[in-house]
Amino acid sequence: MEDKIVKTITRIIIPFIQLYGIFIILHGHVSPGGGFSGGALIGTSLILLTLVFGIDKAKRKIPHNVSEIIESGGMMVFVAIGIVGLALGGNFLANIETGFPLGEPGTILSAGMIPLLMIAIGIKVASTMNSLFHLLIEGEIHEDN
Amino acid sequence: MGIVNVIIIVFLIVCAIAVARTRDLLSAVIIFSAYSLMMSVLWLLLKSPDVALTEAAVGAGITTILFVAVISRTRRYEK
Repeated sequence: MEDKIVKTITRIIIPFIQLYGIFIILHGHVSPGGGFSGGALIGTSLILLTLVFGIDKAKRKIPHNVSEIIESGGMMVFVAIGIVGLALGGNFLANIETGFPLGEPGTILSAGMIPLLMIAIGIKVASTMNSLFHLLIEGEIHEDN
Repeated sequence: MGIVNVIIIVFLIVCAIAVARTRDLLSAVIIFSAYSLMMSVLWLLLKSPDVALTEAAVGAGITTILFVAVISRTRRYEK
């Protein structure tokens, strides 16, 4: 797409979308939202980047193998935090019994390990949305459309 | 609050019937996006802001983009 207005507006608006997504992820345990909603917002900003600047430039920013590693890494962090609760003598994903610092209620640094889980889920969802869209639109277009 | 809910629900029913009846798949996707946006407003009025946020991000954003991408790979009009 060779439209200067669309490119300029996109370049201005993408950091705000991503900042809003990070805000929703980090406030997942004290306000509405959470890992999935914030991750979907960040994934939408990456899809907007792909739509406006083309698949080649987006792939140069986030290649496929990096996206796969980030995806699997988010899931692995989630399982590892759950196993910490299991190893310290509680259930899977046990929070208070295993002595995570609870902090002050109502602030960001509270609720034990839930912010870490939210960050892991957000990274995984954003990367999944991005690679899903890249897998759909890459490759050649068939002639019978 | 009741009259606004009734107006939104009537709009949702009209949108759902229009999505099922139209032959142009791109129009159906856009109507479905409007349905999703109104559904998000309805979730907000029903005091469920978490679901409203997810509906606005996934239903109106990502689902529409994925459907348009699939239509660009296949044909636009229903046989």
